[in-house]
Amino acid sequence: MAEATAPKSYSLDAVKKPLKRARVNRPSKLRTSITPGTVLIILAGRDKGKRVVFLKQLESGLLLVTGPFKVNRVPLRRVNQRYVIATSTKVDVSGSDVAKFDDSYFAGEQKKKEKKSEGEFFETEKKEKKVVSQARKDDQAAVDDKILAAVASEPLLKEYLSARFSLTSGDKPHRMQF
Amino acid sequence: MPFRRYVEVGRVCMVNFGPMYGKLVVVVDIIDQNRALVDFTGMERQQINYKRLSLTDITIDIPKAASKKELRAAIEAAEVQSKWEASSWGRKLLIQKKRAALTDFERFKIATARSQKAKAVKKALA
Repeated sequence: MAEATAPKSYSLDAVKKPLKRARVNRPSKLRTSITPGTVLIILAGRDKGKRVVFLKQLESGLLLVTGPFKVNRVPLRRVNQRYVIATSTKVDVSGSDVAKFDDSYFAGEQKKKEKKSEGEFFETEKKEKKVVSQARKDDQAAVDDKILAAVASEPLLKEYLSARFSLTSGDKPHRMQF
Repeated sequence: MPFRRYVEVGRVCMVNFGPMYGKLVVVVDIIDQNRALVDFTGMERQQINYKRLSLTDITIDIPKAASKKELRAAIEAAEVQSKWEASSWGRKLLIQKKRAALTDFERFKIATARSQKAKAVKKALA
């Protein structure tokens, strides 16, 4: 009864009990419709409407995709699964090696906050032009070459990937097959 | 205007409502002023309200309350399926089904083909 559960002494300080179930971060479950080579439609962001090729899911749960860059100016980039429509069109990406890409590859450089002198304070902010490193460009080319060959083999696939998806009058997206 | 299509034993109808939507059935018997007994190959014989039926031009020759065997023979003899698919109504339904099942890539290909055709027509007329 009460004897088994009552503690021997009651502490005056509030003791925090650790939660029995600690939250573990797990990567989001990948939809079965998304496999390497699936053409995805990105729904938000600067690339909204663009059709891109899925490569693999990273440890964070985000999807690694590529345009390919030459086709629609989408580089190797991460995309959230929720902001994506998976189409049933597949491209052969077995020739590309994507093992080296992970979340740390895409982690941005830490910007140092420079202290502004009085004169500079009143100047309008100078925007530094972002330069893409040669390493990134080489990685992009290495991945895209094989994919571009696969895209070229299917008629109209290149034009399809260059075009953006949009809805027009009469379209019912909930009834459309992708 | 006189009616052209009548509910009668042997009239082929399309179901226009409910779980059997789009399916062809044959009127096998009249139950009362609201319901008919319908049947076809691949389904159980059942009653259905006339409101759920759209009459077609196709009729087949069967006796009242024909058995499943007789019905199947009569359907094949009258070539109901091919007549239906040849009719403009049947063709429209097939096209609707095809369009609903198009993938995004196929829709793109069709849109490209349409615009190319329009350009060719414009060029020819110019």
